[in-house]
Parts: sequence; structure tokens; C-alpha cells
Amino acid sequence: MSLVACRKIVRALASLCLTITLAAPLQAGVTPKRSVLGNGMVLLTSEQRALPMVSIELLTDAGSRYDTAGQEGLANLTARLLTYGTKRRSALQISDTLDFIGASLSAGCGEDTASVSMTMLKKDLATGLGLLAEVLTSSTLPQEEIDRQKQAVIAAIKAREEQPGDIAERRFAAALYPGSPYGRPVEGTETSVRALQRKSLREFFERAYRPNRAILSVVGDISHDEMTLALNQAFRSWKKGEPSGGPLVPSTHGPAQVIRVNKELTQANIILGHQGVGREHPDYYAVQVMNYILGGGGFSSRVIDSIRNEKGLAYSVYSYFSAERRRGEFQLVMQTKNETAQEAIRIAKEEIRRIREQPVSEEELSDAKDYLTGSFPLRLDTNRKVASFLAQVEYFQLGLEYPDRYPDLIRRITRDRQYLQPERLITVIVGNLQKIGEK
Amino acid sequence: MLRRLALPFVLFAFLNAFAKPANATNVREFVLDNGLKILLLENHKSPAVTFQVWYRVGARNERDGKSGLAHFLEHMMFKGTPTTKPEEYSRIIAKNGGRSNAFTSSDVTVYFATMSRDKIGVEIELEADRMTNALLGDTYFEPEKKVIQEERRLRTDDNPSSALSEVAGAVAYTVHPYRRPVIGWMDDIQNLSRQDLVDFYKLYYAPNNAYVVVTGDFSTEEILAKIKSAFEKIPRGAEPPKVRVEEPPQRGERRVILKKEAELPFILMYYHAPNLKSPDNYALDLLSVVLAGGRSSRLYHELVYQKRIARNIDADYSGVSIDPTGFSVTAQLMPGKEPAKVEREIDALLEKIKSELISERELQKAKNQIESSYIYAQDSIFGQAMKIGYYEAAAGWRMMDAYLDGIRRVTREDIRRVARQYLDRDRRTVGVLIPTKEKSQ
Repeated sequence: MSLVACRKIVRALASLCLTITLAAPLQAGVTPKRSVLGNGMVLLTSEQRALPMVSIELLTDAGSRYDTAGQEGLANLTARLLTYGTKRRSALQISDTLDFIGASLSAGCGEDTASVSMTMLKKDLATGLGLLAEVLTSSTLPQEEIDRQKQAVIAAIKAREEQPGDIAERRFAAALYPGSPYGRPVEGTETSVRALQRKSLREFFERAYRPNRAILSVVGDISHDEMTLALNQAFRSWKKGEPSGGPLVPSTHGPAQVIRVNKELTQANIILGHQGVGREHPDYYAVQVMNYILGGGGFSSRVIDSIRNEKGLAYSVYSYFSAERRRGEFQLVMQTKNETAQEAIRIAKEEIRRIREQPVSEEELSDAKDYLTGSFPLRLDTNRKVASFLAQVEYFQLGLEYPDRYPDLIRRITRDRQYLQPERLITVIVGNLQKIGEK
Repeated sequence: MLRRLALPFVLFAFLNAFAKPANATNVREFVLDNGLKILLLENHKSPAVTFQVWYRVGARNERDGKSGLAHFLEHMMFKGTPTTKPEEYSRIIAKNGGRSNAFTSSDVTVYFATMSRDKIGVEIELEADRMTNALLGDTYFEPEKKVIQEERRLRTDDNPSSALSEVAGAVAYTVHPYRRPVIGWMDDIQNLSRQDLVDFYKLYYAPNNAYVVVTGDFSTEEILAKIKSAFEKIPRGAEPPKVRVEEPPQRGERRVILKKEAELPFILMYYHAPNLKSPDNYALDLLSVVLAGGRSSRLYHELVYQKRIARNIDADYSGVSIDPTGFSVTAQLMPGKEPAKVEREIDALLEKIKSELISERELQKAKNQIESSYIYAQDSIFGQAMKIGYYEAAAGWRMMDAYLDGIRRVTREDIRRVARQYLDRDRRTVGVLIPTKEKSQ
């Protein structure tokens, strides 16, 4: 299937997954174990012997929120450079080693954390771990590779301008978090990326990539003890550094406003949204249940009924509350032909008002709870998903017993309606403004 | 909204993620009296079951002027039966903790749900019901047509590289139905009638034109009993018409230019190639890995890493299709680079692989990549079901067993030979996306 065609879909599901993945109780066979290594790194494992493979997910406190003014894109460029040269190996040697054993190793950067993901066959574990340790402890960030990756990032910034959904997303973030690192694109801007210096990249790497800021989650054909032994060997040179800075809470949220971007498109790409709640908020679960009914419940949501099924206005329409530890946002996202943009926005706002002002029905509430609690065995159906789930359980400090608590957290929710704020909605519209009637 | 996913011109990136087969040896096959084939693969690594119904019908079975019909029908299959209200199917599955969806490709239309072992019976009953009782309700026809048109705008009309794929597909094939986009041309979608859907449904939706694939945590005996009790009573249908269209050999390169608002140029080269029924399919698979599998591959290393003229590059081949397929090379360019120059560079690398043998280590590296992804692919029960289903559609699921051996037997000479034979400029279509900034209307 076409990768291009699937991206929107994946994004829609990702929003659901964030909730559900975290929401999913561990199935019988996952049995996670946790320990803290001598260098401060938290290790989580789940032994899965069915296939001779091992998946690893590393989360580290090295997100773009640390980028200072004028240095936007620094954290992202650092993450990208991890696999482009170490003291022992050149970029080509790294990729050739990985390709020869059929392993994957990639690094990515978000606002709060950076992540490194790796999958390899069990028989190649020593080679793989050696390489992972190398990129985390002895990346050299060579100037030549910095120049290359700068060009690649600048091209990526351009390529995103082709994605109307991405444009809307960035404009929304900028409006919601004015003056905050969360309002800026992780990649930075063309100007800021060009200006980045090797010295600052190296400093950031030295500071942020430290074991006591990292969570390592390992799922596959290996036991906790075997893994501890292997890690103590491979990572013995990785020394503790400055501890985590703690989550940054944006102090202000932007006011209600309408943002219009004119582009020659057949559809208007629309986001309606505002501030949400953080992962640590006591009503986090209530909000997730409410959102399932409004627009998170795939083909069973209210907005799918009113905007897609009844009126045929959109193929994709959904809403989500995404949550970091202490911040969160609400978004309702849809695309409709330019000519029906105003109508779709009107109906979406009506639905937001309706779920806020009138209690949901008992049936809707119980359906939502049944899905959220009942779908748990389906959510963690690959080693990769379990690895990323365990890392998040640790990051959000939910505790390994979280899976057992989860069904109860959902079942006790009553009909709630206080986290939608129609008067604070930020509206972003990317499309042909003439046809939309906004020009 | 994964559901009702059209695979837009399915050939250009055909099931890349699923290209490597599951372990066929453990699949068990049963056939009911009404012709419904059942393929079961137990896998107890996680407590979930994937149940899929595959209909042997897709865009390949449509006629000119009626493109998008198979996909439109797929959408309407959610509009209820005498015992299930419109859109109630999805609600019932979700209420039981399950996830469900459907998709259409050139070759097949597939409906599926993943649920826990104790709930999967719900899905089995609902699929049996809509195999024969779908109402395709009149009142829902016009709104759903609009939904599909929105889907087309989202996937193709406002997506420059998809739009290029679509128009290149229409040029690469002159006769064969693979020339049509799965989602359909906008005007065709507009002109489809409810009667078209009803006729298509009657013609193609029957147990003898379908098969069931189940993977995951179940016992064969138990699930077989459930499937029998739900599907056995459905009568066999008339034999649906066969598509027997052969694309005439291409004699001379074809070119297509698309001018559209975009940021970066995009190049696509599509070479006609055989499907898995040809023994060359293994060497073609390896050739795609040698060219673009990983950062150390030939095209990636030269054009993305060294020369920095492409932002990304890919080589795609999957022989898992009913009719002969294609080998494609696609590249998004770096800002300011000339498509003609990048095309020359790609050509030079393709010529090299035709004239010089690759090294033994390069061949081994490609084989290792395929063997490891074969193992990784077994991590997902859904992925396993998809593989079994696609193989069954194309040439029978038993073909999966030959795959790894076929890969292991390929030599360096084979790689050079298939490169010479199939990467033939006279049998390719080149598509170029030229970004424009002005208004197109």
C-alpha cells in the first residue's frame, strides 16, 4: 500500500494509540521487570521467547524544549547525527554493519524526549548492543556529517510544506504555545539550522545523552539478567551526568483565534483545538473516555456520525487529547472540500458544545469503557509495541502495576464534561481561502 | 480512519511491508461444501485473533467508466443488513474490545477484525451475515459517495506524489486494468449508481469467490466449528467472470510530466516485470534491496548520502500480484536539483549493475536483510494474515514455502541477468513531478 496514502491514517490512529497504548493493561505474557543500573539508567525488560529477535527502545531527556532562542533545531540535529560517526566507525561503516546483519537503528527527536529504536536478531545481539553503546557514548558529530544533515533537515522543512495537515499542525502549535519551545517546530527553521555550530551540538550531546536521563526498554529473546550483564559490558564507559531538567510547563496558552493559510488545494485542512490536560492530571482518564465518545472512537464517534456518515463532508474526522507529563492539548482534525469548510466547522463546534452542555448517554459511556478496557489484549501485539509501552510507563511514572489498575481507572469514570472550552478554540484553516469564503 | 482504505494505484508501492512471507508450513487449509476456503495459522504469542474475509475482486475486475466500484462497494458494506443497522457493525466490534476495518486493492477486497479469543465469534457471525445480506441502503448511497470523493481529494488530488503515481500508472498500462486507480477517477465515482453496486455485489460476493484467513491465539478445531456454523448455510454463487487481459509488450519509453503545486520535484521510473509465478521474482526482490535497502545500498549511498541530490530514494518490487507487475524506482529531489540530472545519475547506477557483477558480500548483505525481515514479520499476527491472504490471491498460499529457498539460491549472475532483462529503458515509464507555485485554475 502506498506509504503516502497511509500517513494521515497513521496519525489519526497514533492519537488513539497514545491513549490506548498507555491505557492498555499488560497481558498475561508480558511480565515486565525493572532495575536501575549502576550508571543510573533504568532498564525494563519483557522476555519473549517466541521469535529469535530483540527490540530495544531508549528514551532520553534530550528533546527540543532545551533549544534556546536562535538555536532552534539543535536537539533534533543532534539526534539525527547519532548514527553518522563514532570514534571507531564512519557513517558508512555504521550503516553497512547494520545492513549486513539486517538490523534497524534509528534516532528521533520530539519536544520532550529523544528516542533511539533498534531491532535485531538474537544472534547479532552483541554486535547490535556494541553499536548502540557506541552511538550513545562516543558519537563524534563530524563537521562533514553536520553539513550533510543540515541540508537534509532543510529539505525536510521544505517537504513538509507539501503536507497541508503538517502546515496546520505547526500553525496550531505556534498559536497554542506562543513564545514557548513547544510552539516551535522540532526541526527549527532554515535560518536557525544553518546557524548551528558543532560546538553547541557536542555540548548538548555530552549533557543530554547520559544514562541517568535515560530509560532503556528491551523486549524479546532475552532475560532481564542476561540483558543486565550484556549492558554492564557494553555500556561500562557511559558515565552519569547532569540529571534530568524535569518537565517544562508552558506558562501561557494563546487566545481563541482563527488562522488562515491560503494554498491551492481541493480540500480545507482544519484543526479546532485548545489546551488539554497533562498525564499527571487526576481527570486524565475521564477526559480520554469523553473524547472517545466525541471523536476518538474511530467509527463509533459522534463526529464520524454527524460529519462523515450523515453529511458525507469528510473521509477523516477525529479528535484527541494528547498528553505529556504536565501539559496536553485537544484537537479536532478534519479535511473537507473547500466549499463545505464552514459547514463542517459549524457542525464540529456544535458537537463540542453538545458534549459539554448535555450529559452523554449511559449507553455511550458504557460502550466507551467497554472498548477501552476490552481492547487491551489487542494493543500490545508486537514486541516493538511492548517495548515502547514499557518505556512510556516508566517515563510517565505509572508503575509496573499500572496495567492492573487501568480497568478500574476507566470503570469508575462518571459522565464528565468540563474540559472542552468552546470559547477558547483556536481554528486553523489551510486551503483555498477564496473558495472557503475566508478571503 | 483506516477503514475503507483504497490503495491508490497499488502497484507502485505494493505491500512493501508484507512482501516477505509468513511460515507457510504451519498453515492449515479447509474447504467448505459451498466453496469457501479457510486458512488457519495458530500463533499464541499474544492473546488476540485476527479474522479476515478476502474476496477475489478488486479494481482489476472493473470496467472503463466504472472505476472505483469495488472500493465504493467496500464502503457500502458497512451500511447494514436486515439484522444489523447501518454503521452498527463497527460499534458492535468496538464494544467487544475489537478493532475492525477493510481495504480494497487492484486484486482483492478485504474485511477484518482483531479481537480477543473469547469474542472473535461475534466478528465471524457479522462477516457471514454481510457476505450475503448486505442492504447497500439507498439513503446512504449519496452521502457515502461524497465521503469517497473526499477520500480521493485527501489521498490523491492534494498529494503530489500520489497524483504522479496515478497518472504514470495510466500511461504504463494501455490495456490492463492495473492502469486504473483503485479509488477510481473522480468523474467515474460521481457517475456510479447504486444499481452498479448491487450488480457487482451479486456477481462477486459469494463463498466460492472468497476465502477466510485467521491467525493468532485460537484452537483450530474450535474456530473451524464457529466458521462452519456461520458460513456453511450460505449457498454457492455462480462462477464470477474471469479477467483475461494481457498487457501488450511495451516498445519504447513512455514519459509523463505532472505540473502541480508542490515544493520538491519527484521522479518515478516504472519497469514492467513478472510476478511471483516467474522464478525471476527472487532475484528481483534481492535487486531492490541491493539498490535501496538501507543507507549502505547503492542508490541511497550514492545519491542521498554522497551526492546529496535526492532527499530519499526507493526501489520497490513485489511479485505478489495476480498479473505481471512492475519494478519501480522513486526519488524525491533535494531543493534546487534538476530532475534530468538526477535521472541521469539513477540511470548510470542502473547501467552499472547491468554491466558489472555485484560483490559476494553485497549479495550476502541483501540476503541477510531479507532473512531478518522474514523473522521480524512474524512478530505481528495481522501481518502474517496479510501475507497468507496476498499469496493466496496471487498464486496460492503454498507459494510462501518456496520463498526463502528461492532467495538463498540467487547468484550474483542472476542479479545481473534480471537487471539486464527487466531494467530495460524501452519498457519503462518515467514520471516527473514539476512543482509549480501559480494557481492552476
